[in-house]
Amino acid sequence: MATLQTQEMELNMGPQHPSTHGVIRFILHTDGEVISQCKPDVGYLHRSIEKIAERCTYNGFMPYTDRVDYVAAMNANHAYALAVEKLAGIACARRAELLRMITAELGRISSHLIAVGTMAMDVGAVTPFPYALRERERVNDLLEEICGARLTFNYHRIGGVGWDMPEGWDKKVRKYCDSYDKVLEEWDRLITKNHIFVERLVGVVAISAADAIDFGLSGPNLRASGVDFDLRRDVPYALYSEMKFDIPVGVDGLGVVGDSYNRFVVRVEEMRQALKIVRQCVAKLPETAGEDPVPKPKNFKVKPNECYVRTEAPRGEMGIYVVSDGSDKPWRYRARTGSFTAMGMVEHVAPGILIADLVALIASFDVVAPEIDR
Amino acid sequence: MKAEEIHQRLQACLPDGVGDLHTECTDPWIAVRPGAIAAVARVCKEDPELRFDFLSNLSGVDAKESILVVYHLYSYALRHSAVLKVEVPKAEPATQTVTPVWRGANWFEREAFDLFGVRFDGHPDLRRLLLPEDWEGHPLRKDYVFPTHYGGIDNTRDYNL
Repeated sequence: MATLQTQEMELNMGPQHPSTHGVIRFILHTDGEVISQCKPDVGYLHRSIEKIAERCTYNGFMPYTDRVDYVAAMNANHAYALAVEKLAGIACARRAELLRMITAELGRISSHLIAVGTMAMDVGAVTPFPYALRERERVNDLLEEICGARLTFNYHRIGGVGWDMPEGWDKKVRKYCDSYDKVLEEWDRLITKNHIFVERLVGVVAISAADAIDFGLSGPNLRASGVDFDLRRDVPYALYSEMKFDIPVGVDGLGVVGDSYNRFVVRVEEMRQALKIVRQCVAKLPETAGEDPVPKPKNFKVKPNECYVRTEAPRGEMGIYVVSDGSDKPWRYRARTGSFTAMGMVEHVAPGILIADLVALIASFDVVAPEIDR
Repeated sequence: MKAEEIHQRLQACLPDGVGDLHTECTDPWIAVRPGAIAAVARVCKEDPELRFDFLSNLSGVDAKESILVVYHLYSYALRHSAVLKVEVPKAEPATQTVTPVWRGANWFEREAFDLFGVRFDGHPDLRRLLLPEDWEGHPLRKDYVFPTHYGGIDNTRDYNL
């Protein structure tokens, strides 16, 4: 049968589209269902956070970092606190660092729950999403108890945390960890090993390790392509060098290395590893009893200096570049985010795939608009 | 490799393009001449002793008299990092693209063009990225004047109502 040639059509997708994870727009050229060109149009959520930073004191900027990635605000808090501590040579109490790591890893779990839940929904499995949200609410309950907020936490501080944990909070966290293993088992039965779901994603936009590195993919997206690299283990920060955990990478099993299915599975596995880290941190907390994790709130000046700190955020590498000029405000704050580079890759891998697979691709990249646009 | 060794290696490969190593701040950085960054980037990626396969970050910094384009490199293969800086004049900020070396530089350079007005010669698609096409000025420059109108709509507020 001769192949039918159809007329190429320009199709607008977004900015308000249920599967674009925030306000992102794509201008597609399609031949039937096949994409021949895809131009992402971003910036709808640009708030110029980097410019705002130049007008805030070092401490005063902390709440804004929540908004860099409001799906994983704890991790953005942590990255900024670590960067300024390195810049100004500020020490952080051990107890505070443990609390920051516990909350950051809980943040990773709640962020990955949104990622895998929305990914299932975007490819047509609606049921898992409320299950993911239910679990996320339980994480949020824990985080609310320690800092009073459920989305934009503003909990970490330069040199510590905002408040010590409430009495008995560590026991609740441990109890939660114990219950979570069952949740992940349920999740695997519900969706990860679901035949229809697997078939839908296997081989969809498989990205080679070389391409992933070249385009600057990072975090779970990079690991799904088979690159065994995690900043928490390979360029350790905070107290991650004391932690024992595994790094899940993409494998040729149910899926092929670098495909959308592996990007999904890596995130599910990462939740399991995050639990391991949380447990180890909680076990270390009693050693630090009596330490004050709360730094004295005061303005400080930083002598001219600059540094770049890379952290493993749920959406990939969050690199914070801070330049100081001797005043009490950063001269330059820059956030390099995982979503930004992932989104930059879409226009290169989209030609030749189906529109429905573009939806699967951006869901599996786990891009969120605030982190792209900042 | 340490920063000193990386600097020596780069200087041995491209003595005209690579300037001094600066160690006064926490992260040491290497100065690169604007006309040489494409060649330096190529060496950084392909030299068997350097192998910087990952461009972690590319961003601009307003340095009052000039604009600095800063490159944060990392090597997955050899697990070392480096910082390169290119200084371009504020009046005519132009340098070379590194997109052919690291394809991930495409959006980083578009962002720096958008927010700092730095032109990257040879870039395949140098358009504004985050701001609308008709936006005037480059907001991350220190001399940027905040607009009072956009598209005919006033965005100032009278606090003495």
